[in-house]
Amino acid sequence: MVPTIMKQGRIAPFLYLLPAMAVITIFIVYPMIETVRLSFTNRYGTGTAASSCLPGNPCWGIFENYRYALTNPEMLTALRNNALWLLLMVPVTVALGLVVAILADRVRYESLAKAVIFMPMAISFIGAGIIWRFMYNIESGGGAQTGLLNAILVGLGLQPVAWLSNPAVNNLALMAVGTWLWAGFCMTILSAAIKGLSVEIIEAAHVDGANGWQTFRNITVPMIWPTILVVTTTMVINILKIFDIVFVMTGGNFGTEVIANRMFKLIVTDLGRSTAIAVLLVVLTIPVMYYNMRRFREEEAMR
Amino acid sequence: MASVTFDHITKRFGDVIAVNDLNIEIADKEFLVLVGPSGCGKTTALRCLAGLEDVSEGRILIADQVVNDIAPKDRDIAMVFQSYALYPHMSVFDNMAFGLKLRKTPKAEIKRRVEEAAGILGIEHLLDRKPRQLSGGQRQRVAVGRAIVREPKVFLFDEPLSNLDAKLRVETRANISKLHQQLETTFIYVTHDQVEAMTMATRIAVINKGLLQQIDTPQVLYDRPDNLFVAGFIGSPAMNFFPAHIRKDGENLFIDGGTFKVKVPETRKGAYISHVDKPVIFGIRPENIHNPEYAPPNIDAQPVECIVDVTELMGNEIFVYLKTGDNLFVARVDPRSRYHVDDKVQVSFNMNNMHVFDRESEIAIR
Repeated sequence: MVPTIMKQGRIAPFLYLLPAMAVITIFIVYPMIETVRLSFTNRYGTGTAASSCLPGNPCWGIFENYRYALTNPEMLTALRNNALWLLLMVPVTVALGLVVAILADRVRYESLAKAVIFMPMAISFIGAGIIWRFMYNIESGGGAQTGLLNAILVGLGLQPVAWLSNPAVNNLALMAVGTWLWAGFCMTILSAAIKGLSVEIIEAAHVDGANGWQTFRNITVPMIWPTILVVTTTMVINILKIFDIVFVMTGGNFGTEVIANRMFKLIVTDLGRSTAIAVLLVVLTIPVMYYNMRRFREEEAMR
Repeated sequence: MASVTFDHITKRFGDVIAVNDLNIEIADKEFLVLVGPSGCGKTTALRCLAGLEDVSEGRILIADQVVNDIAPKDRDIAMVFQSYALYPHMSVFDNMAFGLKLRKTPKAEIKRRVEEAAGILGIEHLLDRKPRQLSGGQRQRVAVGRAIVREPKVFLFDEPLSNLDAKLRVETRANISKLHQQLETTFIYVTHDQVEAMTMATRIAVINKGLLQQIDTPQVLYDRPDNLFVAGFIGSPAMNFFPAHIRKDGENLFIDGGTFKVKVPETRKGAYISHVDKPVIFGIRPENIHNPEYAPPNIDAQPVECIVDVTELMGNEIFVYLKTGDNLFVARVDPRSRYHVDDKVQVSFNMNNMHVFDRESEIAIR
């Protein structure tokens, strides 16, 4: 016998929703609201943000923390670097994943090749950062180079490079680590999409006169385009939040600062500014999330 | 327009021999159908010709040129796939134009050819649609259209009708035959359906277990099958077979099926005299078994006693399933016949159209 209260009525649907709603409220909605509230307070969360304005300096009143997030030189570096990561690292990683997926499809030891490429995903990002600090290491005291890259450079008779502290290369060096970590993820998803394509369609293209490249460009890529978009937007969200690699390898110094690292640094010293940066990060992520969800819904509707 | 030659083609997949020493010469403008049961190697043979599979041994020639090492795109062939394999992200127009665009055909020429092909196939109004907005029959026509616009030397069809419903299949069959007459190009068509083969082909190649069984015109295959497999595969309902012996009684030869004994016509005696008392398989098609009341005149009719098992009224004819001893067989009799289940009846075998096969080798004796 089902208790009366559980029968479909006015209250029952809400009872079923209750556990999920409770969890979401406690762990997502409340922290969200609290974060937004804190972003309008001073560094201890005790008064309004306006109270941290210094006399004689520009002041945005209650939005003072946002003035910091959008105009402070360190923050401008972070914003610029995040943009660089998005514009350089994301396309390169997705493209690399696609190329590897296509190539792996044709080699005999496909699963082995894929496993090797995917392996970095299994390493903690902190661990990967430490590994790559060794790779990029430079001995400035005149001793033998122990970092692999510099050892190679010196072996070739070239000057060693300060990969992580030279602002000309350090951002690219960090992005290379990110690409190394994420390419396997992109490859796995794109490879699954390629495997899902009908063999007959590819064969039809060959019979129609398309060579390998023409088939790839005119048939394969358009057919897996939805997947490429999903992978790209997922990567955009991941990279907006990029933190571990920078934190471990440079700590955001030498012009490598990123938004999430800035937020992390400030959380103990300035609650207001830190949460303002957190809100900024959420606001930047929302359009991408929205786009992803809309596409998903469109695709569902097409089925 | 071109001739095609399979010259001792063998194709192995590991230890499996899919195509075994296939020799076929296909003349220009011919409509050759490769027919056989699933897994007999007919599709593999077609894919070798298309260049989608490498051959293990032998040579393939298109227009007297060996194409073994030529990529599919350079063989100047067009293929219609079983699943149609339309490009889902392209409109019907772009699907048909794709091959021409790759060949850098001028835009105006592409438009002219696509519209002409669409006209032939009656799909002009669909050119802007995407494949997913089309019905099965429409997709099938687009797949054919994509082949036509290329104006290739040879058309290849891989079971193009198997995804259509029965009515559409009959219609499309006729359309493909018409297309062959219009285009005057070599067609090579793979199917497991002997009706498609019979209705469309100028010649049929029957393949079983990778081996070519017989290649000839539909009529000859039907009337003079070379072996038991071809006899049983071509024709629907299939030919009836009875294990039997040839007996000599005085001047006459008889087919002795155990429960029945029928006389061999004078004109056919010569072929069987050497097989007297040897085990054979006697074959007769359902339409050559008559109800004596309605049997046509001038046939060499031999009576056989049997019991009615099942009757199926088709309207214009009746299929009667009959039993003599352990032998079940089908007769296709006049619709005026009145047969009832378990009736003891006498039917007439038209011995002019009988077949005899060696029981060991399964090769026709004639």
